[in-house]
Amino acid sequence: MIATTATSAVSTMIDEARVIICCGSGGVGKTTTSAALAYEAARRGRRAIVITIDPARRLADAMGATGRLGNDPVRIDVPDIDAVGGGELWALMLDASDTFDDLVRANATSDQQAERILANGFYRNVAGTLSGTQDYMAAERLFALHHDARFDLVVVDTPPTRSALDFLAAPTTLTRFLDHPLFKMLMLPTRRGLKVLNFAAQPVLKAIGAVVGSEVLSDATAFFQAFSGMETGFRERADRVAELVTSDVTRFVLVCSPRPDTAAEAAYFADRLDEADLSVSALIVNRATPDFGEPSGRRPTRAVQSALYDNQLALHRSAANERAVIAAALGEAAASATWVPLLPTDVHDLSTLDHVRQHLVASDAAG
Amino acid sequence: MPPKRGNPLQWLSSTRLVIVAGKGGVGKTTVTAVLARAAIRVGLSVLVVEMDGKPPLAQLLAEPADGEALETISVTPAQALGDYLNTHGLARVAKRLVGNGLIDVVATAAPGIDDIVVLGRLKQLERDGTYDLILVDGPAAGHAVTMLMAPTGLQQAVRGGPVRHQADEVRQLLTDHDRVQVVLVTLAEATPVNELLETAAALRDKIDVRLGPVVINSVDAGPPLVVPAGAANTDLGRAADYTNARLALQRAEIQRLDTEWAGERVIVPRLAGDGLDPAGIDRLADALLDVDGKLLRVDR
Repeated sequence: MIATTATSAVSTMIDEARVIICCGSGGVGKTTTSAALAYEAARRGRRAIVITIDPARRLADAMGATGRLGNDPVRIDVPDIDAVGGGELWALMLDASDTFDDLVRANATSDQQAERILANGFYRNVAGTLSGTQDYMAAERLFALHHDARFDLVVVDTPPTRSALDFLAAPTTLTRFLDHPLFKMLMLPTRRGLKVLNFAAQPVLKAIGAVVGSEVLSDATAFFQAFSGMETGFRERADRVAELVTSDVTRFVLVCSPRPDTAAEAAYFADRLDEADLSVSALIVNRATPDFGEPSGRRPTRAVQSALYDNQLALHRSAANERAVIAAALGEAAASATWVPLLPTDVHDLSTLDHVRQHLVASDAAG
Repeated sequence: MPPKRGNPLQWLSSTRLVIVAGKGGVGKTTVTAVLARAAIRVGLSVLVVEMDGKPPLAQLLAEPADGEALETISVTPAQALGDYLNTHGLARVAKRLVGNGLIDVVATAAPGIDDIVVLGRLKQLERDGTYDLILVDGPAAGHAVTMLMAPTGLQQAVRGGPVRHQADEVRQLLTDHDRVQVVLVTLAEATPVNELLETAAALRDKIDVRLGPVVINSVDAGPPLVVPAGAANTDLGRAADYTNARLALQRAEIQRLDTEWAGERVIVPRLAGDGLDPAGIDRLADALLDVDGKLLRVDR
């Protein structure tokens, strides 16, 4: 059978989308899948960039670009690109803390305000260690790159969050604080602007101070104080980012492996997307056992032959079992899944990434 | 010199607290269950702690037989913080913190506070001494470092008060090599091995926590299949080539780990079929305990 890439569902999605968001649990090959989708897009003539949020440099591994990827887009050299679609392949590895600093500088009303915030201990915690910040900055970066004339497709490899939906809620990471009663309590409007109450006088805060130490809370107060005047800008930006993520130029790709836990996670995410009136454009099942069919005839008696027979049968049974796992977890969606086998080699450069890419675009023609 | 294969009998009983950590998808939970069964088998009383409300762990463990001692509990940050505040006479604060959402602000003002209360709970369990072995199905590798770093971070951010006191005590526990060890889990594949080596370096340099043996999970049984010339272009031959290529890849990664990792390591074989259940965990525990050379014996 000829696998015509023009008709594959994955290819169609790549042609239509301006943004692709890959979701799934850790260890299912999400980063490799994201890179392979961007690679395919480049081969189809698009200028594609893939963003990863990975402190472990997995994207760099997948692209054979170890040591070169950073917070700024890097163009990946694809030797044969003009012979195929003639597009471009770019990548960047997100530095959430740097990106947040840039965002603060861009929104600050003055250099002094920016510096006051950047030096604040509470802010450094928000930018550096707060869970959700990575997703927030990835969404922010996605928005910026979407409006960058150099690119026409942005592929995002989301961090392995406990709840994959965190990514959708990410733009509210900071506005959640701004809408917080503490912020409102501290920032009572006065004729001359905002006024900070004596926070230590608040009984709750007094009690918290007794537990965690009062200096920790004074950092928080100073942060809210320094932030005043910027919250409108941040809110508007967060709204626009959220709008893009849920708009019709954005496609969601679910990535899982044929194991009950990762398949269940994918099913959960599909349901939540559905509740938000969003749909899954592709379901990718990575790390599948390749099926060479059921061995024919009776099991041979000679040791060498019977070992081969047993091996093929074991692979065949594993593959059947994996299909059952996916069908049980994902129901109807399982029928249109794109299966990518667990490859006999590691993906560590463009030529091995190309194996993954071929499976991504060929598989639905075969199924 | 190649690392010694760890004798589970020795190392599982050398510290009361064992934290199992590894990158997502490497089978941390499976390995925790296997270690628990192996420990029970050699007569230890075992408490298994899981951290994010994952159901699979309890399902993987068979009901303990007569004379065996096994408990499974869940420790989550919210619950540990509530317990902590309650036992410190701060029940009313706890209620208000959660009620008005101020807990978010506190957790951000002093990051690691949720980790510290979880670690504090483990410290308490360790000190109680009710169980010979407390096995923790820990967080994914990246978060493991963050969590174990939390005491150090809080020692810098918080100068006094009960949270500071807790951080001091937890740090003391973590650096006590007679009481705690971290067991890192990986697959015999390039990316997880790279990540394991990075995590190991970070844990050793930044926290000085004792690193137990590395567990390499889901390793295929050898030896390679022999493919006669006649089978080369058949499905039998192609299936065998695939299996052999996977075997070679795993061998190469195990060898690489052996040259770059100075400590002990343990191999947990991959079971045929997928659905891991208590019976499968038992078989893996058998394989783990068979330290005289046939660690890779698996039915295919």
